[in-house]
Amino acid sequence: MNFPILPTAASKVAQQTDALYWGLIILSLVIILIVFCPIIFFLFKYRAGKPADRRPVHLPEMTIEITWTLIPMFIMICYYAWGAKQYFVIERPPPGAMEINVVGKQWMWKIQHPEGNREINELHVPVGRIVKFTMTSQDVIHSFFLPEFRIKQDVVPGRYTTEWFKAERIGVYHLFCSEFCGTFHSGMTGRVVVMSPAEYESWLLKGEPGSTMSESGERLYRELGCSGCHSGSSIVRAPPLEGLFNKPVPLADGTVVTADEAYLRDSILFPAKQIVGGYTNDMPSFQGRISEEELLQLIAYLKSVANAAPGLRNSLEGSP
Amino acid sequence: MKTATAGPIREAPTASKRRTYFEEGGQTLASWLLTTDHKRIGLLYLFSILFYFAIAAVAAALMRLELITPSGDMVTSDSYNKLFTIHGTLMVWFFLIPSIPAVLGNFVIPMMLGARDVAFPKLNLLSWYLFNLGGLLATYAVAFGGVDTGWTFYTPYSSTYSNSHVITMAAGIFIAGFGTILTGLNFIITIHKLRAPGLTWFRLPLFIWSLYATSVIMVLATPVLAITLALMALERIWGVGVFDPKLGGDPVLFQHLFWFYSHPAVYIMILPGMGVISEVVTCFSRKPIFGYHFVGGASVAIAILGFLVWGHHMFVSSQSIYAGLVFSLLSYLVAVPSAIKVFNWTMTLYRGSISLATPMLYALGFIGLFTIGGLTGLFLAALGLDVHVTDTYFIVAHFHYIMVGGMVTAFMGGLHYWWPKITGRLYPEKLGQLAALIMYIGFNLTFFPQFVVGYLGMPRRYHAYAPEFQIYNVLSSAGASILGAGYLLPLIYFIWSIKHGKKAPPNPWNATGLEWQTPSPPPKHNFEHVPVVDQAPYQYSPEAAEEMVHG
Repeated sequence: MNFPILPTAASKVAQQTDALYWGLIILSLVIILIVFCPIIFFLFKYRAGKPADRRPVHLPEMTIEITWTLIPMFIMICYYAWGAKQYFVIERPPPGAMEINVVGKQWMWKIQHPEGNREINELHVPVGRIVKFTMTSQDVIHSFFLPEFRIKQDVVPGRYTTEWFKAERIGVYHLFCSEFCGTFHSGMTGRVVVMSPAEYESWLLKGEPGSTMSESGERLYRELGCSGCHSGSSIVRAPPLEGLFNKPVPLADGTVVTADEAYLRDSILFPAKQIVGGYTNDMPSFQGRISEEELLQLIAYLKSVANAAPGLRNSLEGSP
Repeated sequence: MKTATAGPIREAPTASKRRTYFEEGGQTLASWLLTTDHKRIGLLYLFSILFYFAIAAVAAALMRLELITPSGDMVTSDSYNKLFTIHGTLMVWFFLIPSIPAVLGNFVIPMMLGARDVAFPKLNLLSWYLFNLGGLLATYAVAFGGVDTGWTFYTPYSSTYSNSHVITMAAGIFIAGFGTILTGLNFIITIHKLRAPGLTWFRLPLFIWSLYATSVIMVLATPVLAITLALMALERIWGVGVFDPKLGGDPVLFQHLFWFYSHPAVYIMILPGMGVISEVVTCFSRKPIFGYHFVGGASVAIAILGFLVWGHHMFVSSQSIYAGLVFSLLSYLVAVPSAIKVFNWTMTLYRGSISLATPMLYALGFIGLFTIGGLTGLFLAALGLDVHVTDTYFIVAHFHYIMVGGMVTAFMGGLHYWWPKITGRLYPEKLGQLAALIMYIGFNLTFFPQFVVGYLGMPRRYHAYAPEFQIYNVLSSAGASILGAGYLLPLIYFIWSIKHGKKAPPNPWNATGLEWQTPSPPPKHNFEHVPVVDQAPYQYSPEAAEEMVHG
């Protein structure tokens, strides 16, 4: 019979998490020894009826109590720092990542590659590349759990969450939904296929993606009529979207926000929520008219023009 | 009078001359259902929680049967989801939370204080009715369709998507919560106002300290649960957007509110157990507790810090990572008072005169299992590691070590310890020790493999699972059957002992504490004379105990 103890560690982060795990196991064993050995010893030595020295002793109670308060506290803080350090590695994607979008729904994972390839419950990635997921749900909360990479992140409707890994080992790994999401929660599973970069390239081509994500986004940008107001030549005055992504945006109420994915998403679904300074709210809400995947495509398009110059008309009037 | 000395206690009037709380007030059904006697209410609670425990235990047994094989082949996915929801909701709200406080607490708190009853006896009865009204609604929800949200009721699944009896179950928990609040209130006032002359705060038994801390949590935290469930119901029934983003709400807000209650509630489910252990460890090692003030103070520290750690359930929820930093640090700090208690119990054994009677076996079992439960809590509090193990079987194992290994073990220990006082009969000692051992083995076999399978990546609440997880699930299911036998055995001999057990003297354990200064079972008003206390608790002497052993 086979008793596996650890799942495969398919990334450096996974190895670091395992080190923390072993560190805590060692701490636990030490504390168990410190507590259980005296208990067992006392049980034998001071068993009722057994001759032993039971005269009351005057122990320095205060010193003892303070000692076994402060020493554990110090150890706790050390382990806290270790865990926190690892958390920041896991939670903050390094720059230069390949971006993949994930949409969860009852009970499947829908995945879009930047090249336009789409897959369901399967995730193909090249080995050795940093892969960053931007994730949302179109119904309830799910959680994107990759045990071989020791990472997990809830996928929450109404907001974008991120997760990243850099696979170091070619292989096929588990993908689980780990937040209870209804009837077939335990069927909301899939696999991660880590391939060599060359194999990944040929896999991408085999999928015949047609158009990339940002191309699909650009098409939506026209079809939904966004370009009618947001392009430089339009009559209705709306803020330009070229060069917008990740830049600070001054709002009408005097605050400044960063135009990240969440901001773009909110501005499409709830235009009245945050109005750009110098503009009025003339935009209709697109809630219910656009799917989560389409939203992500639109955002991919806006990201692709992140470094473009703003439209002509706005450049004449001055940036809002 | 000297309240507490080792050795034989003043002979109480013999049973033939006096009436017990069973006889006083009558034996009719109405005399039980309309009683305001805290002892009878304690027993009413005992019967009620056993009823809910039985349903929840059957649900657990069916789950463990299903999980023997990786494919979901015994019940449907919907049924499985309902089974773990039934198990969680009933065990948490209708068994664990009332277990030690409402059964043992109701029975012994007034006696430990030297009082005739709790401060508000009628309110105490109302608590029991509220508890059961809630319990019956929950049972109705279970019997007529079930609920499939898990005991955590996460939105927007519970508020918008689930097609099960969410509202009925939530209403049941909501109503039972008022029973909990009133019980907490009653205990706080009883402990403040009804202590016997001379029974100062630092002469109180540690069981009282731990239940005082528990009661404060009950009063402060439970209303938040009521508010949370009410908001969820508002959204579900009338579509008021609070949690569902489609209605402009925030699903993560629900988790903050829910855990703001439910994390302190975890301490409602362990502090009373710690109180029982302090009583039992001192009595069966014949030693005053080591570090009385620190053990009592640790209860208060846990109650306070327990309110500040709720965010450690949400490290992967999309909560700010900086919030995670604070919650993790506080979670590590809350481990310290628990460790202090364990160290002090250990030190109490030093130079004692230790006997391994059944309650003591449970107390030692508690220390072992609670230590493992607490240590694995450190794994979950470690931010970077929690990302991997949260929502897997690792966390299932962890909280079962605390709630079953800790609280249920302590409840069993306390039930054996006070059984002679409650019924006036002794339980069979050898069978008691055997059952404790069976339970210990069964428990570890059930839940230890779950740590491993959790780290391997098996998510919780999975009806079907990957084949490589099977071996640990088989072990777990085997352990559960042993654990089940360990629970059935005491049920049988306890019932047997009511008629056939040896008659219990007033103080079978030679324990200190006012509850042992009155006959077993006590008269309705507990004491013939109001006792006067003039010394610290736990005035045990191991040397005197040894002299008694050697005759």
